[in-house]
Amino acid sequence: MRKRAESDAETYGYILNPSQKFLKALIEGLKRNEERYGYPSCPCRLASGIFEHDKDIICPCEYRDPDVEEFGACYCALYVREDREKDGIQVQQVPERRPLNKQQRAYNITVGDKTKTSTSTSTFSQESLDIKLRLHYCKQCGYVVFREDPPYTCPICKAKKMFAEIKTVTTLHGL
Amino acid sequence: MKIVKVSGKNNKHRVLVYALSTCPWCRLTKQFLKDSEIEYEYVDVDFCVEEDMNKIRKHIFNLGGKLTYPVIIIDDKILINGFRREQIKEVLGL
Repeated sequence: MRKRAESDAETYGYILNPSQKFLKALIEGLKRNEERYGYPSCPCRLASGIFEHDKDIICPCEYRDPDVEEFGACYCALYVREDREKDGIQVQQVPERRPLNKQQRAYNITVGDKTKTSTSTSTFSQESLDIKLRLHYCKQCGYVVFREDPPYTCPICKAKKMFAEIKTVTTLHGL
Repeated sequence: MKIVKVSGKNNKHRVLVYALSTCPWCRLTKQFLKDSEIEYEYVDVDFCVEEDMNKIRKHIFNLGGKLTYPVIIIDDKILINGFRREQIKEVLGL
């Protein structure tokens, strides 16, 4: 787990959390989540246990790159911007960027019982709770992904915010 | 719901922490409260059954909070999302 994180940090030009104690706790949390859910979801977020609903919070989460760019660290602070360490700025817990409708979608569904509970679903339309998979392409290198939201950083050419949608929609109802 | 009580000399306020067992920020919060000798209770939400998770979410929403752990609730009135050391100190008068 740690090697994977180190390799990923190097690829994207980040460092892992400089506090060894904190880093150890994060890695342990990721391992525990991998054992529990079958995937290493963010140790600082509550996963639903349903892969389709937790995909965006599997480490490295979808929100890592914009969080590192804006706050100098990702949500759990596993990945840290190098200049933060150099400048000796203490890493703080960053605000949650995960959209509320994704949280709502994940938490309203019980593992093993895929019926929605009554908790405040009324504030969201069914449309916002469906998973709409779309094709996106990187305008810089042409890399194509099929997912709900495009990555912030292209995994191939590392261009930021360069994805455009290819107009095709697939909807997964009732997950 | 398993509520764990941690004793401390300072029990002026009722402090409840909703935490995740896997989250280092939640651990820091618990450690900070313990080091400050604050009496508090905590619930590791990831060990709760779905029914209790729903109750916890309702409790957090009713106090205007977000589902960002740790959630620190003081006297069932003031809610702090995340490990905000200074804010916790201010509310608890430390």
